[in-house]
Amino acid sequence: MSAAVHPPVADNHGHAHADLHQHKESFISKYVFSHDHKMISKQFLITAIVMAWVAMLMSIMFRLQIAYPGESFAFTHFFLGDKWAPNGVISPSMFLGLVTIHGTIMLFFVLTGGLSGTFANLLIPFQIGARDMASGFINMLSYWFFLAASIMMLSSLFVESGPAAGGWTVYPPLSVLPEAIPGSGMGMTLWLFSMVLFIAGSLMGSLNYIATVLNLRTKGMKMTRLPLTVWALLLTAIVGVLAFPVLVSAVVLLIMDRMLGTSFYLSDIYVAGEALDNMGGSPILYEHLFWFLGHPEVYIVILPAFGISSEVISTMSRKPIFGYRAMIGSLMAISFMSFLVWAHHMFITGMNPFLGSVFAFTTMLIAIPSSIKVFNYITTLWRGNIVFSPAMLFSIGMVSTFIVGGLTGIIVANAALDIQVHDTYFVVAHFHMVMGVSAIFAMMAGVYHWFPRMYGRMMSNKLGYVHFWGTLVAAYGVFIPMHYVGLGGGPRRYYEYTEFPMFQGHYMDLNVMITIFACFGGLMQIVFTYNFFHSIWRGQVAPQNPWHSNTLEWTAPVERLHGNWPGPLPTVYRWPYDYSKPGKQEDYVPQTVPLEDGEEDH
Amino acid sequence: MMTFLILAVLVLGFLVVLRLSRVAELASELRGLREENIPERDNRINGRLMWVFGVLYLALFTWIPFHYSDVFLPPPASTQGVWIDDMYIYNWILLGVVFYGTNIALFWFAGKYYHRADRRAHWYPHNNTLEMLWTVVPSVVLVATIIYGIIVWNRITQAPAPGTMEVEIYGKQFDWTFRYPGKDGKLGATDYRLITADNPLGIVTRKGIADRLAGLKDELAKAVADRDAQSAVLPKDRLKEKDEDIAHMSRMVERIMGLQTLIEQDIKDNGDNSSYLHGADDKVTKEFHLPVNEDVELLIRSQDVIHSVYLPHMRAQMNAVPGMTTRMHLKPTITTDSMRLITKNEQFDYILMCNKVCGISHYNMQSPLTVETPGAFKVWSLMLPVFEKPAAAATAAPAAADSTKAVEAPAAQAAAGTNKQSN
Repeated sequence: MSAAVHPPVADNHGHAHADLHQHKESFISKYVFSHDHKMISKQFLITAIVMAWVAMLMSIMFRLQIAYPGESFAFTHFFLGDKWAPNGVISPSMFLGLVTIHGTIMLFFVLTGGLSGTFANLLIPFQIGARDMASGFINMLSYWFFLAASIMMLSSLFVESGPAAGGWTVYPPLSVLPEAIPGSGMGMTLWLFSMVLFIAGSLMGSLNYIATVLNLRTKGMKMTRLPLTVWALLLTAIVGVLAFPVLVSAVVLLIMDRMLGTSFYLSDIYVAGEALDNMGGSPILYEHLFWFLGHPEVYIVILPAFGISSEVISTMSRKPIFGYRAMIGSLMAISFMSFLVWAHHMFITGMNPFLGSVFAFTTMLIAIPSSIKVFNYITTLWRGNIVFSPAMLFSIGMVSTFIVGGLTGIIVANAALDIQVHDTYFVVAHFHMVMGVSAIFAMMAGVYHWFPRMYGRMMSNKLGYVHFWGTLVAAYGVFIPMHYVGLGGGPRRYYEYTEFPMFQGHYMDLNVMITIFACFGGLMQIVFTYNFFHSIWRGQVAPQNPWHSNTLEWTAPVERLHGNWPGPLPTVYRWPYDYSKPGKQEDYVPQTVPLEDGEEDH
Repeated sequence: MMTFLILAVLVLGFLVVLRLSRVAELASELRGLREENIPERDNRINGRLMWVFGVLYLALFTWIPFHYSDVFLPPPASTQGVWIDDMYIYNWILLGVVFYGTNIALFWFAGKYYHRADRRAHWYPHNNTLEMLWTVVPSVVLVATIIYGIIVWNRITQAPAPGTMEVEIYGKQFDWTFRYPGKDGKLGATDYRLITADNPLGIVTRKGIADRLAGLKDELAKAVADRDAQSAVLPKDRLKEKDEDIAHMSRMVERIMGLQTLIEQDIKDNGDNSSYLHGADDKVTKEFHLPVNEDVELLIRSQDVIHSVYLPHMRAQMNAVPGMTTRMHLKPTITTDSMRLITKNEQFDYILMCNKVCGISHYNMQSPLTVETPGAFKVWSLMLPVFEKPAAAATAAPAAADSTKAVEAPAAQAAAGTNKQSN
């Protein structure tokens, strides 16, 4: 099908694609219904930036309520109006709605769709030396499903009964019963259908990425010569293909419980003065199905982040990534083990305690490949010659935040320790550190690093520095105190803590500190957004290989053209990490440079 | 207002940053600098900032727990709490070493090796010994940690000794109800279809079932009569709604009759051991008391959505899941009075809070827990009214009344009295 619509991209070598980039594209085919992986990647990125802004503004609104309960904010009132924020105080149901949609958007739409969608589309064809994705048409569809899902998710903010409000995990029965919470009405229906669309799009994308990496590598590009970004994106796609369908099944059963009167998740419920007919279902079933995706999902988020930071750290340290094969091995180990750990979210749900010990054990093991990665990053920096581009700064920041999040992971993976901190702010701090901040940092690193590849222009370094240091300070300012709030027993998703004497005094001081840093962090993103959009049109024109990088994307001309390379595809002779190789004139050797006589491939 | 001033200052600051960066941009353009050629000065400044940040960051991380130490929970008030806190200490030491070690190395290297034109990075693609070292050492340490963790977990979750007192915690939007066993020392069976204002937990008793059935049949008869009377005037969709209601009610009647058969069979088979015979003397209350130094098994149920029983001072937590009974057992070791002395806080109370988002008022679904001496506990529990005693039921009703059910419940009750013969 793709071949009919799009001239044969799969047919690789020797074809001069002059005929391709000479035909005139209309606005629609170039910018809207584009089949070109570069354009689709930009579409994903900009959609994700918009979604990230929405989700971030939400977080500021609910942070204001947590730190200053009952105080009026014009800011909140401006966005939510009289209905959801009477007198500028957010209503409890909207509070839960915002918490839910913030989580959903950040996790799925920014860090899954945005991160994988942007960089898999941009980097896979470029870095393996392909003209485009295996199927440009399916690739386009994957974006349009993603956009439709995004719009549907946002539209749920405008329905009368409010958006889904049972937390981003939408546990039944809360998510089934509109009697229990208004958000489980129309808002929840939109949430569920949006997720189905999202997953459909995500699967199309993932299958395409896998097919492309496996089939369209250019001559000489062995699997062991792939940049770590491509490895990470390939494994992410595989994990996604295996995990997301399970979420669809969970969601479909939930839809049936809501609309067709089935009892997959419902049993013995008495709500709003009435005993429901439903018998024999179990919410625990939903939890298993949900987390069977939900846990691999966090690796779907963090694996591309690993890939990007590996690439950037190596390039900007002017040093080969330490332990290339160990890095691939640990990526594979993490991907595999991500399927064996899901029930560590369920230690205290009433699941058999024996299962608790099994999952605690498997979860703990996943710390081993993760620690290998951290040690390898640090060793890569050691005796490097570090160029502090904003991308490099964000990558280093990512390693630091990943360490913190990874270490607290050892606490929450321990079933006995989890009893105390389960569903408290400690967990919130943990996962924001390990997959929120870390993945966002890597995404930022990717944007700064590959911006010249996307738009042919450079972003401003100075603004990048301000953005990085401000964001780093804000991120730690928010999430360090949050760990302590959680250790003090503070439950998450509480509208206010005024009814608890134990949560006054210093406890609230910490909450105020978190909120102030969160607002500051939000402001810092204005710097980024300005820099991003300003540079698209006004940035300094980029040279072909601004970072003196080895990978193939920098061997293609700056201007965007169909098929990426004007002549034949490049041939690869070496791995991508020959930085500062002894005996070489320059401190980098692109992958297209043949090995000299007697020179060893890594 | 203050926040607004702060925000205004921040916005202005941001604008200044933008202008300054524009100036810097123009200046570097004039000097012929390009974005991709990052000058040594910028590299050095960022390198130094890595050091400065690293120090401030680790300092903040260390300072907060000391300065805000009263945020943390007081000493654990249960046996499992002591085990858990001990394991926390072990973990904090272990993680602290790794945390400070890796972060110091990270920020140190990043600051030290900033780019200089006359340097060249050290070619160091791999080192098998090193990699082996940092695979094996973390593996060993992690396995030790997890074995420790699993031992504690198994100790916490092992079945309680036979004869351990059972206490039921029942969650609904948005409060907690508790049930203590009566003279027979056992909690009776429950069924959610028996829930009424007088029987908020749906405790099964022979009399209760008969009453409920009678009440339901009466309601059903009324509904049918009502429907027939109005069938000519009501629009179709309203009629359909009524028919659905009637169908629902008849299903309910059938199921309760089924339950009745089941119960009689069970009582025939098991005699006095049948769990359906233990409900009558149970004690339902809105207050939560536990005796100190006695193991108690908490049976946790939910009426509507998932809740979570979170007792932070006991380091105990378990979800309340509709459709099933979850369990945990617990031995409190410090009475509320002693804890008031320990925390130097006259008002101190142990608290039970809901820790799984359950609806609009989730944030205030709490109940204090009183831990007292076994003697005081016994006196308190003897004072509690017994479930099936007509006089007691009348006083319990207003407190437990569900707002939506309150209206129809008295009617059903009245009907139950007159219709007894009909089944």
